Amino acid sequence: MSSAAARLGVLASRVRFEEKNILTALERRGVACEQIDPRALSVRAGTPWDGPQIVLNREVGHYRALYAASALESAGVTVLNSAAATAVCGDKWQTSAALVARGLPTPETTLALTPDAALKALEELGYPAVIKPLVGSWGRLVTRVTDRAMAEAVLEHLAALPSPQSHIVYVQREVAKADRDIRVLVVGGRAVGATYRRSEDWRTNVARGAVSERCPLEADLTELAVAAADTVGACVAGVDLLEEPGGRLTVLEVNDRVEFRGLQSTYGSDLDVADTIAALLTAKAES
Amino acid sequence: MQETLVAPECPECDAEVSLGTDARVSEIVECPECRLELEIESVEPPRLLLAPEVEEDWGE
Ligand SMILES: [Zn+2]
Repeated sequence: MSSAAARLGVLASRVRFEEKNILTALERRGVACEQIDPRALSVRAGTPWDGPQIVLNREVGHYRALYAASALESAGVTVLNSAAATAVCGDKWQTSAALVARGLPTPETTLALTPDAALKALEELGYPAVIKPLVGSWGRLVTRVTDRAMAEAVLEHLAALPSPQSHIVYVQREVAKADRDIRVLVVGGRAVGATYRRSEDWRTNVARGAVSERCPLEADLTELAVAAADTVGACVAGVDLLEEPGGRLTVLEVNDRVEFRGLQSTYGSDLDVADTIAALLTAKAES
Repeated sequence: MQETLVAPECPECDAEVSLGTDARVSEIVECPECRLELEIESVEPPRLLLAPEVEEDWGE
């Protein structure tokens, strides 16, 4: 701990398992850290900020996280993950586009600019397919459509929503046999742990009661996860992979403010996820 | 067994909600009686609020 180390902050309006453990890990390392509540935060453009110079973004709300990161960056603060990474990870289309541009495998995806265009796209993509909101997580409003009639009903609903963003439709081919996904946790360019998440529900989010079990960190899986995190510019990332029937791995999404309670419980004392993140933050503060 | 602080009351049902000594501001706890999510507004003295409703853009 050099005396010249930058001040650290953790931005969170909601201190959950993850945030609490990161704060505790920093304390155990003897690192002073300020808890920043974004609900009380305002940042004046172009004016230096008197808060911490390095901030870990753990804000649960996407828009608050995104704009807090951008505002803090404008005040000269280093934010992990960066506002740019949060913008890409928080938008399913931007994530898909970045993965495809990098040449990484990802399920076949189409962006349709109207619900009508989405129906044509679905007919070409084939059923079953999945319609997802551009922004959102925990599997909310993700809809699996199995035929044209169902697609028409879902798209009619989207067309009636008031938000212009709801009329831009993200459509993805369903990966067959995807009754489980793989969550790889990447910290500082290294895959530190991975779990299989299985669910009765076809959406394998832990928030929906999926069960996790440890997944070996094989080279193909870690390389792909690390490349995906790098593609979106995230130094802390939860990369979700799916296995296609032939065993090929494909990147489903990258989460920038990753929840790791399930992964941590799977690893027990073999891995301290919060401390791994605390170590990265400490290293940044000392560099 | 974990040490506990003085237990503040649930703002909804007045049940005592015991907080560990490691309680933090903004931490989310559950009321043992009414199961509502509560937010720790203050640790010294311990004070609880109803936790904010989940918003549409919440997630990881
Ligand atoms: Zn209560």
